Amino acid sequence: MSDQTQILETAPAAPGRWHEFKNSHLFHSFTVDRVAQLSFGIFMLYVLLALFAPFLAPFDPYDIAQIDIMNSEIPPSWEEEGEADFWLGTDAQGRDMWSTILYGTRVSLLIGLCAVALQATLGICIGLCAGYFGGRVDSILMRFADVQLSFSTMMVAIVVLAVFQAAFGTELYQQLAMFMLIMVIGIAEWPQYARTIRASVLAEKKKEYIDAARVIGLRSPRIMFRHILPNTLSPILVISTVQVANAIISEASLSFLGLGMPVSEPSLGSLIAGGFEYIFSGSWWITVIPGAVLISLVLVMNLLGDWLRDVLNPKLYKG
Amino acid sequence: MALLEVNNLEVSFGLRSGGVKALRDINFKLDRGERIGVVGESGAGKSVLGFSILNLISNPGSITGGEILFEGKNLSKLSASELRSVRGNRISMIFQDPMMTLNPVLTIGEQMVECLLAHRKIRKEDARNIALQKLKQVYIPSPETRLDQYPHELSGGMRQRIVIAIGLLMDPDIIIADEPTTALDVTIQAEIMELMLELCERNNVALILITHDLGVVSQVTQRTIVMYAGRIIEQGPTKEIINDAQHPYTQGLMNALPQMAVPGARLNQIRGAMPALQRIPTGCAFSPRCDYTTETCRHTLPGFTESGNCLVACHMVAEMKREAAQVASLAQEVKG
Repeated sequence: MSDQTQILETAPAAPGRWHEFKNSHLFHSFTVDRVAQLSFGIFMLYVLLALFAPFLAPFDPYDIAQIDIMNSEIPPSWEEEGEADFWLGTDAQGRDMWSTILYGTRVSLLIGLCAVALQATLGICIGLCAGYFGGRVDSILMRFADVQLSFSTMMVAIVVLAVFQAAFGTELYQQLAMFMLIMVIGIAEWPQYARTIRASVLAEKKKEYIDAARVIGLRSPRIMFRHILPNTLSPILVISTVQVANAIISEASLSFLGLGMPVSEPSLGSLIAGGFEYIFSGSWWITVIPGAVLISLVLVMNLLGDWLRDVLNPKLYKG
Repeated sequence: MALLEVNNLEVSFGLRSGGVKALRDINFKLDRGERIGVVGESGAGKSVLGFSILNLISNPGSITGGEILFEGKNLSKLSASELRSVRGNRISMIFQDPMMTLNPVLTIGEQMVECLLAHRKIRKEDARNIALQKLKQVYIPSPETRLDQYPHELSGGMRQRIVIAIGLLMDPDIIIADEPTTALDVTIQAEIMELMLELCERNNVALILITHDLGVVSQVTQRTIVMYAGRIIEQGPTKEIINDAQHPYTQGLMNALPQMAVPGARLNQIRGAMPALQRIPTGCAFSPRCDYTTETCRHTLPGFTESGNCLVACHMVAEMKREAAQVASLAQEVKG
């Protein structure tokens, strides 16, 4: 036994994760790709702004006491009638646009990330099962996915949200809006994941190390999650970035249609929707500024996804 | 009682129509610590035999007849969890290509520890220590560092050593090695075979060595099974099979070795190719390629004839012996 402990002591620690990361292909291609750096920078900026919104925002848009209707539709501070207190102006209710956008980005990102987490969990489990077990399980699960894909996300979301609103009343709906949006967007898009993962699993399953794992006597779930899943991570990462952007857009569209976040707790989408009525009366900033934020957020996420797809594709690896 | 006993094993691949039989009437015994070689050309069913012992034949294949008795238990009738406790634990398997058999995203240590934890209730640190010891047994240089490395950081020979170490982790009773050296270059092949021989002898592990390298078989194994088109056609002590092959097919294999050819002349070969499994001729499957074929060979499946210590599935064994004796006596006369 003493012999064994001695062996353990002499075993050196694994080289640092950070060091490993710095030497990786991923990090290297990041350092040479300007677009990726810029996109990542902007994305991180949004994430930080969203994260620290309560500290950065001069006003709390959820607090009715701070809102004065007399301040409504003040243009941004660089315009002639602008006021220094509201540098991006105010909306029709007199809320400070800057604060509202910060909080709105927070809501949008939160819904996007949670919805994608839900999509990924569902999609990964179902895709793994379908690919690994094959046969009848595969047929049933994938036909289910086909059916789900044949309805567009928006249609499902609109129907579910509208029925919910009609059945349980607007008040309850407004309380549960965020949860409902996450559920609807999350459940509507899982087949994207399931299909991609099933395809990778089918490719991985044929490889000898899976046979080897079975020969060792491991259980199926262990083989699925520990041996196959890590080998399918790169497509998962790539779709995740694109799916977060998609989820944010879906949420914005639903909000724009009046089925998303309530006006009292606006997301970027409901801000755009709220300002839309005033655009022809000259108050362009209520719609345009949150619109620009939304577009740039989605754009940088898509650019990051593109970059990631190229980097993680061994066929495009140039060393 | 033999450690492993395979009786009348039949494995079929295919759909509802019954499909093709990849293995037929497989009978053999393996004793504790015995090393057995399975040879035959590609498609003879060697690997299927290896997989079917662990009941790892995947769809659309299945074991359709016979039994595989491991210490008296029929492996083809065990439940999934009972089977798991045999796989990797009592019987382990080593595959052909070490580049493929290690999971690229897990470190060597993780893969070894995982195997140990799947079968034993021990702590992770203890598992790591056992893994380290096994790596030392297969003479991996600086094993402590290897535990934290990924498979792609190691050479082919090194990886095969690691695969062997994983095979030995649970101190199994049987190791099935499916062409363990085919993917390696010749010098490494020799090292790996020597290592396997040493480990099997030291730990009293039985070995089923699947290969088409007769040289390896003659060095490592005590008994040899020759397969052709899904059947065993000859089995017996390796020495006898190598020196005095009875079945025309085995003789052909021996003659095909490069050192048997006259220098400068074409290498010997067995004419024709192995029939596809769907079109195995009635009678002896080897008859279309055999020099000794008679009418009987074409119509009736040969049973096993004892010849010396070997079992041979050929109608013509006695005939060939008589002929050989005649040739010998003629030669004597000429000399005299």
